[in-house]
Amino acid sequence: MLRHLATSALLVLALLLPLPSQAQALEIDIVGGNAAALPITVVPMPYLGTQVAPETDVAAIIAANLNRSGQFRTLPLANLVERPVRGTDIQFPTWRVLKQDFIVVGRVLDAPDGGFRVEYELFDVAKQERLLGLAMTGRARGLRDIAHQISDQIYERILGVRGAFWTRIAYVTATGRGDSLQYALMVADADGANPQTVVRSREPLLSPAWSPDGRRLAYVSFERGNSTIYIQELATGARELIASFRGINGAPSFSPDGTRLAMTLSRSGNPDIYVMDLATRALTPVTRHFGIDTEAVWTPDGQSLIFTSDRAGRPQLYQVPVSGGDPVRLTFEGDHNAKASVSFDGKKIAMAQGERNVYRIAVMDRSRAPPVWQTLSPGNLDESPSFAPNASMLLYATKEGGRGVLYAVSADARVRQRLVLTDGDVREPAWSPFRQR
Amino acid sequence: MNNVTRLALVAACAIVLSACARQVREEPQPAPVAEAAAPAAPVADDGRFGPEDLDTNPCLMQRTVLFDFDQDAVRPEFQAIVACHAKYLQDRPEARVTLEGNADERGSREYNLALGERRGNAVMGALQAAGGSAGQITVVSYGEERPVCTESTESCWQQNRRVEIVYTAR
Repeated sequence: MLRHLATSALLVLALLLPLPSQAQALEIDIVGGNAAALPITVVPMPYLGTQVAPETDVAAIIAANLNRSGQFRTLPLANLVERPVRGTDIQFPTWRVLKQDFIVVGRVLDAPDGGFRVEYELFDVAKQERLLGLAMTGRARGLRDIAHQISDQIYERILGVRGAFWTRIAYVTATGRGDSLQYALMVADADGANPQTVVRSREPLLSPAWSPDGRRLAYVSFERGNSTIYIQELATGARELIASFRGINGAPSFSPDGTRLAMTLSRSGNPDIYVMDLATRALTPVTRHFGIDTEAVWTPDGQSLIFTSDRAGRPQLYQVPVSGGDPVRLTFEGDHNAKASVSFDGKKIAMAQGERNVYRIAVMDRSRAPPVWQTLSPGNLDESPSFAPNASMLLYATKEGGRGVLYAVSADARVRQRLVLTDGDVREPAWSPFRQR
Repeated sequence: MNNVTRLALVAACAIVLSACARQVREEPQPAPVAEAAAPAAPVADDGRFGPEDLDTNPCLMQRTVLFDFDQDAVRPEFQAIVACHAKYLQDRPEARVTLEGNADERGSREYNLALGERRGNAVMGALQAAGGSAGQITVVSYGEERPVCTESTESCWQQNRRVEIVYTAR
């Protein structure tokens, strides 16, 4: 298990190496907090080896991850009256007085191959019980990945839900003005760190969609003048032209098994949903209506598509079997509901909901009857929601001070993290699937 | 040409478009303002548009059709612009236009891509109805990706909800 995890961290590093690292970093800050979150202390993990100490602060990354999930609240460093490094050093009464439910201690050591070994332990303070005791090994550049994987292990051990910190996000940036305007499709760690350029263009890019294995992105580019769908392999940069028909070629979405791509084409004169078999390139029409049908996403069982249609006047969400049939309207609240993102279990559908000039991210829990609605964002121009693969958080885009920014919001809407580009717009977020362990 | 005449011609073009097939450029007769609404008779030609009219004719120089929020109907005040471009296409079979459909920033990007195409198609339909032929017209949608105005205000949004008529061959 341990060796397997270490290999994964190194593999990720190797995948990212061929890409240029000149990308502009996203600036990150956290808005809001959750008083009901579980109190946890992540004690700084000192470097106890003999090489130059690594720059990555593993404990700080873990603490930031747990905080932005909205489910945990870490003890501020200033309140750490003791800094135990091993489980045997922990004075439990101290942490009970500080009202901590959990404590994480650890240390960074040298690994035999010149890399680093991170050992950590998670304790339940009330029970004085060790819940986890693991070690992970990687190169200096892999330490962020290790910190994210440790965060996932802690999250899952305490909450019983797989963590989604060791995942990635795709997004589009627009920088420069006028003739120097440039677009880039980017991939970064889920916390916005380590941004890598996937493709650059002088023409607009939009609608990135992950393949289920996380190795490819489908997206829409205007580089040929009209909208065109490409699929690009992240590791090699190799890409394929998928759809360049007359009219719109937009809104790509991979099927859960990765063999098919749903898309919007207006080749017959009107935007309708099609499904392409990626092996044969055969196209099957799914909707046929004079209204706008677009933004199809798959239900987790691969049997249905949920899409945006204005067939009833204003845009609303509908569901249709992939095999065809009559679409069923899903949304009856709000003037305008568009761009669905479906949670991994199919229970929740996030969307951009518009009322007059205010657009917010709303989530409909369809596992309850009648469906329960929740508003996750304050407006006014919030759009493009994308669930994390464990549905614990969502990414969305909005506009602040005239420029595009992203937010990651916890599923309970209590904690929001802003991702801002120092100079330019950031938009069109897409949260990756789980990485393969 | 004095300013009064120029204004009169603009008014005539806007009001009685079909009669304003060609702007008078040589030896204009000083037309009283009272007669501005009357058809301005083309002088000494066949009444057909020529390529140079794209740079001089006040109607043909207008290349933007604006739309209401989430709508693709060509508003009555833009029928005159559509009509003169349709006549140009009819007069010059070799001419080609691309209709670039655009939307404001409200709503999702893919929906707006579809909306921009619908607006382009609406202008194409109006051009064909008024004499242009399908083979002369291409529609492309840029959705909300190419705003001419970037503030989040109604006046800005109105400028962005547009179809631009772009001549690719005169």
